[in-house]
Formats: sequence, C-alpha cells, structure tokens
Amino acid sequence: MELLFKLFSMAVFASTLRIATPLILASLGGCMSERSGVINIGLEGMMLMGAFTAVVGSFYLGPWPGLILGILAGGMMGLLHAFMSVTLGANQVISSTAINIMAVGLPNILIPVIWPGHYGISPTVGVIKDINIPFISSIPVIGKVLGHQNPIVYVALILVPVISYLLFKTRIGLRIRSVGEHPRAADTLGINVYKMRYIAVTMSGLLAGLGGAFLSICYQSQFSSVMTAGRGFIGLAAMIFGRWTPKGAMLACLLFGFADAFQAGAQSAGVPIPPEILLAFPYVLTLVALVGLLGKTAVSPAANGKPYLKG
Amino acid sequence: MAAIIRMENIIKTFPGVLANDKVSLEVEKGEIHCLLGENGAGKSTLMNILYGLTSCDSGEIYIKDQLVEFSGPRDAIASGIGMVHQHFMLIPVFTVMENLILGNEPVKGLKIDKIKSEKILADISGKYGMEMNLHAYVKDISVGMQQRVEILKLLYRGADIMIFDEPTAILTPQEILELYKVMESLRQRGKTIIFITHKLKEVMEISDRVTVLRDGRVINKIKTESTNTRELAKMMVGREVLFSTRRPEKRAGAEVLRVEDLYAKDKRGQKGLKGLCLNVKAGEIVGIAGVDGNGQSELVEVLTGLRRTDSGSIKIEDREMAHRNAGRFLAAGTAHIPDDRLLRGLILDFPLYENMLLGFQDQKPFTKGIFIDFNKVRQWSKGLVEAFDVRVPNVNVQAGSLSGGNQQKAVLAREFARDPKLLIASQPTRGLDVGAIEFVHERIMQARQNGKAVLLVSLDLSEIMNLSDRILVIYEGKIIAEFMADEAADTEIGFMMAGGGKK
Repeated sequence: MELLFKLFSMAVFASTLRIATPLILASLGGCMSERSGVINIGLEGMMLMGAFTAVVGSFYLGPWPGLILGILAGGMMGLLHAFMSVTLGANQVISSTAINIMAVGLPNILIPVIWPGHYGISPTVGVIKDINIPFISSIPVIGKVLGHQNPIVYVALILVPVISYLLFKTRIGLRIRSVGEHPRAADTLGINVYKMRYIAVTMSGLLAGLGGAFLSICYQSQFSSVMTAGRGFIGLAAMIFGRWTPKGAMLACLLFGFADAFQAGAQSAGVPIPPEILLAFPYVLTLVALVGLLGKTAVSPAANGKPYLKG
Repeated sequence: MAAIIRMENIIKTFPGVLANDKVSLEVEKGEIHCLLGENGAGKSTLMNILYGLTSCDSGEIYIKDQLVEFSGPRDAIASGIGMVHQHFMLIPVFTVMENLILGNEPVKGLKIDKIKSEKILADISGKYGMEMNLHAYVKDISVGMQQRVEILKLLYRGADIMIFDEPTAILTPQEILELYKVMESLRQRGKTIIFITHKLKEVMEISDRVTVLRDGRVINKIKTESTNTRELAKMMVGREVLFSTRRPEKRAGAEVLRVEDLYAKDKRGQKGLKGLCLNVKAGEIVGIAGVDGNGQSELVEVLTGLRRTDSGSIKIEDREMAHRNAGRFLAAGTAHIPDDRLLRGLILDFPLYENMLLGFQDQKPFTKGIFIDFNKVRQWSKGLVEAFDVRVPNVNVQAGSLSGGNQQKAVLAREFARDPKLLIASQPTRGLDVGAIEFVHERIMQARQNGKAVLLVSLDLSEIMNLSDRILVIYEGKIIAEFMADEAADTEIGFMMAGGGKK
C-alpha cells in the first residue's frame, strides 16, 4: 500500500511533466512539419543540435542566450531540411536522416575544439532554474505538480493550444494544412506551396531546438552526443498516435512521460522487478500504442512525404 | 461585342514537343466558347498558360484589352480568371467552406471569420441557384456537388471568366444537364465561359462559338450554329471519322462468366460489392454503366483475382473461381485490360518486350529451364507490336516512353495474345484520343466477333452504349437494371445510374 502510494505520488506526476516536455516540443514540431506535407524524422537531429548549441551558448553567454541560440540552431536545421526537401525536392526521409547523422557528427567534432580535452561530453554549464509560481503552488494537489517547474515546461504546455490554434483556426494554419493535403489545389488558389512548407518546417526545427535546449540546459546541465536518446522519434510516434494534432500528441507524450517517471519511481522504491525491464517499459508502451491501439485508423496528411514540383 | 480575352501567337514547347504553335484565341464577353481538340492537341496547355500555371515561350495575352503577364494563378485570379479543373482541386478532408475560402479567407484578428464566410458564401450560392451544405466534408458529397464547389470557388473569387476543363467527363447525363443549366445562368449574369472538350455533342449543345485545335495549331474558329458534328470531327481529327463502331449481328453463345451474389470489400474495408449478379456469354459484350465509385473497380479486381471475395460465386465456364489468385484467372482464360495502364497495365521502367512477356513468363516457348529466352521474347513482341500498330522504333524502348495511345495498344496486344475466353476491359479508352479510341473499339468488337465474352466497364456512357449488346447498371455495389442495347435511352440509363430506380 505504501509502495503504491509512492508510485502514484505527486512527485511522479511532476516528473512526468518534466520528462514529457521535450517530447511534447518534438511532437509539436512534427505536427507543424507533417501537416504541411514534409515528413520530418530529423526531429531527433534538430533536438540534438539545439541541445549542443544551447550548451555552447550557455558556456559563453549564459543560459538564456544559450536557450535562444539552441532554438535558432534547431530552426537552422529545419531550414536545411526545407531546402533539401522542398527546394531541391529530395526524398524527405533521406534528407531528414542526413540531418540526424550530421547532428551526431558535428558536435563530436566541435566539442574537443571548443573544450580541449573533452570528447563527446561537454563540461557542465549554467542552467535555467526551476521557478515557483506562488499562486499555483498554493493550490493543494495541482500545486505539487504544476507549481514548481522549469519555465520551459510551462512554455511547452502553453505552446500546445497555441500551435493547435495556429493550425486549425488561423489563415496560415488552413494554408499550411492545405499544402499538406493537396499542394496542387493550394497552388491553383494562389497559395505559395514552397513558402508554406518553408515556414512550417522551419518552425518545426525551432520547436525541436527548444526541446533540445531544454534537455541540455534545463533538464541536465551538459551536452552529450547521445543525450536525446530517441526522444525525437518518440515525439514523432506521439504525433502519429495523436493523429497529427497537438493536443492528441501532448496526451501521448504525457503517457510516455508517465511511463518513464513511473519506472524511475519504481526503481527507487525498490519494486522487485529487474531494472532492465522497468527501463524498457516506456519504449514497450510506445510500441504497443503505435502498433496495437493505433492500427489502421491513423490518417496522415494526404501529401505527406511527397515533394511538390511545379508543373 | 468586344473580345474579353485575346491570346496572340502563343508558342509553348515542352522537351521534344511543340504543344502550342502560334495559337491565337479570341473570346467575347458573355459567350460560351468551346475549345475543341483531341488529347494532346494543346487545349490544356493553352488554358494552363491563360491561368498562369505554366508560362509560354512567346506570345501575348490581353485581358479586357490590357496586356497581362501572369507569373502564377494568383495573378490570373486577380484578373478575374478562374478554372474548374478536370481533376478537382479540392481537399477531401476539408469542409466545403474551407475549400471555398482557402487562399482568400475572411479573418477577424488572427482567426478565420466563419460567420462572415458563411454569410458571403450563402449569398453567392443562393444567387446562382447552387445551394449546398457548407459544413459537409468534400469527401462525403457527390461528384456533381464537388463540381459545384469548384464553380462556387471561382464565383467567390469574383471570376468573370471561367475555364471549364472537360467538366462532363465524370458526370452522369442528368448531372450534365444540371451543369448546362448552371452554365446558362452564369452566362445570363454576364460571365464568360471557356469550355474545353473533345466531345462534339457537347459543343453543339452548349457553345456559342468554337475554336478547334489540332497538333498544337488552331484549325478553325467558327460560330457553332453554322457547323455540325461531322464537320467539327473532321477539323479535330483531320480526316473522316466513324461515329459509332459497326455492330454486326451476332448471336450470343454459351455462358462463359457467371457471377452470383458476390460480396467484396472496397479499399477502405467497407462493403464494395453487395450481392452482385451478372453473366456474360460468348460473343457478347456486356457493358457496366455507373457513376464512379459504385463498385466498378472492386468488380473488375474480384473478377481478375486481384481482390478477395467475401462470399458468392464466380464461375468461368462452370469452374468456380472465387478465392483464386490472378494467375489462376489468367490460366482459366481471362484477359484484363486494366483501367490504369500505368499502374497495372505496364511496368514503365521495363523495356517493351519484357512488358509483353508479363503473364507468359513461365510458358513455353519463352522458358529454357530456369532461363528465359529473350531472343524469342523480342521476336514475338515484335510481331505483336506490328499486329497492333504500336508505333515504336524497336521493342527495347522503355514502356514509359510511349504515348498513352501506344501504351494502351501494347496492353491490348499482350492481352489479346492470351487468346482469352473472357476479356475484362475496364475503361479501355481512358485518356486516349479519337484515333486510338477507334482502334480500341474495333479490336473489342473484333473479339466479340471471334466469340469472346467481353465485360466492358466504363464511366463513359456513350462508349458503353456504342459497344454493348447488353447494358447493366451498377449502383452501390449491385446491378440494379438491365437494358438491351437497342432499347436503351441514355437518359433512362442515367436515371438508373443515379440510383433512380431505388427510391
């Protein structure tokens, strides 16, 4: 009983939010990009570049400038993906895979240049500290979960309805979705398909960059070249699970975050299950969710993955 | 009256093709002007230039006496030009309203102003007598309705010059009449309409004037009332044309295909065929008429072993074929002319001779142990290509490099080479020009004369009426009416195609 209490404690829910934050940001990036018809499996690499640049920025300029630089680095990677897949019409899976590969390689080259003697892992840098929101933290149950968190956690939570509003209520959102469904139809109505896709993919990169920066200068305080650990891909899976909607994706991310927080809680509480199995739990859950529950019902944007070439 | 559009000396070349060769077009305000020509005559290219979708190499366009240069559709729209595309430019998962306002959305602050949009759209659709449910998803409404959405799209953008690109191709006869009414009401309100078609009947029925294109050149421009279909056909094709395939007397023989109570699912896992029954006899052409999406493609796929049967029976000469694969169907004497030759008829990256081998690859004399005797294949292909007048330099060319007509002839050559008992022809003339259509029709008629059983599925009702001995109407996965060829009127069939008999 006491064990159960520990496992479902407010601390577990608070850590669920923390773990889910980078996933939510990645999945929002996925929504933006794929709603415009550009597959983005490069979220992982965009996050990694964001994480790395944020650490470099924080090292030289402090954590907040680091955060901005991290976001911009992600945006640059998005721009690169847009250039390859939209302008050059390259296969989007290959183009975004190239980004993933590059994002692993580049920091490994640069780390020993910036910090001689360091390989693969940066020194620790200044971080963006958690904040206390007095009004919320005084609310009984919710306060323990939401009252004391990192600012980026709040930003991510606010971005969910913002991106949802952007995609489904605004003019530019309608246009972005239209080029993801039927770019030729959009073109005949005078909508600039390339511009829409550039905007969407670049925003996708900015969001992933923010997710990466959160990892390296909020969640942790240094960069390592394996630190994203598949979070970009999990975010992508969450986006599919959430049927390409920000809100659905967020729920999926929270589910995964909870699974991760739960297994960590279970380990520290000394649940008699081998840690390897506990560690695998969130990933197994993702697999089951994707394969089992999802089945055939998920409908991706009709033009997703298809380069648009003007006739 | 003044010319509202003048296109002068338009030249456009695509790699290897002169699509428009000094084409001039003049359209007067308030008229319905037909642009008549075969596929590949340059109609669509000319209109794409006018609509800003492609640019021309040289030539000038004047709209309302203003020299214009369009860099994209947005410019054309701004000049009051709109286009109803042959393949609808609609987004199925968007609502009618979202499709209508896209690119021109009324906004309030950041948000799309739905109330205002609805009011504007209701006004326009009421004015032209085209009321519709703005909140329905486009994927859920009929083809005729979708076309109305396209027309409303133009009206919403204030177009006063409207280009209709082969708008009747996918409509039932009733829907065509409805469309004529809409076009008439548009003209009465001062809109100018350019109507692209290769159907002579339509030119005569609806247009005021007609410009005939052939091989990228203007052949003639005339008033419709001063010409007739025969003359137009001659201008369009460049020679005398037979209007209907001669159908000699022929008594049908023994039953070759018998389908009973057939059920099958469609692509989305819904019921596609719901208890369909039909039979086809030797020496008989049975035509399946129907509006697209009523189970035609499922029927063809089931009858060629490409789709699983849920229940029911398919008998070819008394042999039960349900649940058999495509190979068994071939072996049982079925030949298949698929509706999409690019998808199922040919492998575009393969040379022609390999394409001709498909379905024969395990048969003598082409096999030599585990090897294929490609010399024999080439020789044999050459024979087929000559017999079916496929115009190619040699049989080593890639199938993808042939013109549509030649590709279809190649498919025909291969399928007839099976010497089938049963020929299943699904939209055999889709996208072909008049000459090639004539050829395909003759060959199908010839197959009937040779005692083959032919099942012809087509969305083109005139093709069905022209060739079939019996006409079956398919509606929602069932045959709901049967007509003998000589007693059928197209309006009656059209009525049934729209499900008229059901209510």
